Amino acid sequence: MSNFSSIAFYLPELLLVLTILAVIVVDLIPGLKRFNWIIALAGIIFTGILLYGDYGVSESLYMGTIAADPFAHYFKWIFLIAGFFTILVSRHTHSLRDADLPEYNALLLIVVFGLFLMASATNLVTVYLGIETVSLPSYILAGILKNDRKSNEASLKYVIFGAFSSGLMIYGFSWLYGLTGSMSLSGIQQGLAGVQEPLALYMAILLVLAGFGYKISMVPFHFWTPDVYEGSPTPVTGFLSVAPKAAGFAVLMRFFYSVFTTGSMTPVAGVDWLTLIALLSAVTMTFGNLIALQQDNVKRMLAFSSIAHAGYMLMALSILSPDAIRAVMIYLTMYLFMNMGAFFMVIFAENQLDAHTVEDWKGLGRKAPFLGALTVILMMSLTGLPPSAGFVGKLYLFAVVIAGKKFYWLAIVGVLNSVVSLFYYFRIVKAMWLFNPADTKPVKAGGVITLSILLFTIPALLLGIYWTPIINLIDKSIGF
Amino acid sequence: MDNLQSYLIISTILFSLGLFGVMTRRNGVAVLMGIELILNAASLNFVAFNRFGGMRELDGQVFGIFIIVLAAAEAAVALAIIINLFKNHETVNIDSADQMKG
Repeated sequence: MSNFSSIAFYLPELLLVLTILAVIVVDLIPGLKRFNWIIALAGIIFTGILLYGDYGVSESLYMGTIAADPFAHYFKWIFLIAGFFTILVSRHTHSLRDADLPEYNALLLIVVFGLFLMASATNLVTVYLGIETVSLPSYILAGILKNDRKSNEASLKYVIFGAFSSGLMIYGFSWLYGLTGSMSLSGIQQGLAGVQEPLALYMAILLVLAGFGYKISMVPFHFWTPDVYEGSPTPVTGFLSVAPKAAGFAVLMRFFYSVFTTGSMTPVAGVDWLTLIALLSAVTMTFGNLIALQQDNVKRMLAFSSIAHAGYMLMALSILSPDAIRAVMIYLTMYLFMNMGAFFMVIFAENQLDAHTVEDWKGLGRKAPFLGALTVILMMSLTGLPPSAGFVGKLYLFAVVIAGKKFYWLAIVGVLNSVVSLFYYFRIVKAMWLFNPADTKPVKAGGVITLSILLFTIPALLLGIYWTPIINLIDKSIGF
Repeated sequence: MDNLQSYLIISTILFSLGLFGVMTRRNGVAVLMGIELILNAASLNFVAFNRFGGMRELDGQVFGIFIIVLAAAEAAVALAIIINLFKNHETVNIDSADQMKG
């Protein structure tokens, strides 16, 4: 579709850009400064309304560089929900000073825009632009507490690893371009069918995987994850652990299923990247879970657990079938609710009790029984116990691996890992409920925080009991 | 000298130098220079493939420009972060940022 007629299908993104500009401009007008977050939230809501209008559209926009298809559409909802609640909760986070919030909101919206681009990119240029549009503001968001040494360290490690792995990825892109002479993903797929140099292709696959693997924090490109998650302000951590990871999986699936897969669903030119993904998946989840066992800092523990979750999702991608995409999309939906809910709980604990380690959480359940009970549900869901959303998500992932009949050992590793994860998630639950605090004075969270935790816990439980609507929606969103 | 192979050799050398720089240097600015070398290697690859690959469109060269622009943006953000590191630690040695471990 030509550039001009594409605009009709690009309205959500354009509105998002307008919102970003509005947030930046409003920050300069003294009287209106306070309303900045309302503009940001309203922008996201109206983007959602426009996005809803685009439901079911499947078009190739801007000369085939961007796709407005159901696949991207589904992911955009994940980004909007994550972005909305992050902006909402950030206002009530004590560690974020009010003075920084206007820039903070604008940067978050830019990240959301970049995520939209990542999920819908169908060309090497747009994939690269999308990833960088997400990365650059994320570096700043991680270090937004300028005088905080940890925040500074987080942003430093993030920028160095991020720039390095995107450099590797772009070098891999250059080889793909050289091998096929095309920039569009479908053109590369056709070009690779007759490729004569599997070695060059293998190198390109490894380099591209480095770039995407960094975004989803896959071992061995995970080094930044624990430090960035621990050092960043907690709302940022919650956002980074869900939204860019979902976008990373979106772009990984689109890329690997359309570029490195032939039309008849086999790996391209006999390069068996599926075994590679299976191995990396096993290493990723085992590493994430084993190191998480030794953590005392709750945020750091959740960081390693998010590495493990990336491993579970990669497990399904070692099987080439539409079911794998479906399973990953289901898991990402469940993961959005349970992981962000857990991070909101961390924000609550930091706000009210300045609690950072599991030790600090002792007796929290007695002090705040309602939120404590919700946390138990969230931890159950993260572990994957029935009846919770995490269980359903894992069920679909394992079903794909077993139906694939290729990597039975991977399913066994996955089950063992789930058992290991039970230990450290329930260490938090144990600390919260099985210790009597010195003073049992009730701790109250603000209304917004309580509501956010509640709104994310309900799906984490409900989707474990009744998940048909989500499956139906995802079944309509697989095609790209 | 005016063939694809020589350009690819140069870009591979640039890439390896960049990789070496990132791995061995502990000075934040020097690490950034290593990353720039990697990006330049990719850029050179794109332009060389476009020039010698018999492609009618100029998309490889345009990608080269995109890489230059994004490398500049990335350098701006990274240098600001390193300045902040210097304010907090009085050094640009990235090993000095070691508050978090484990």
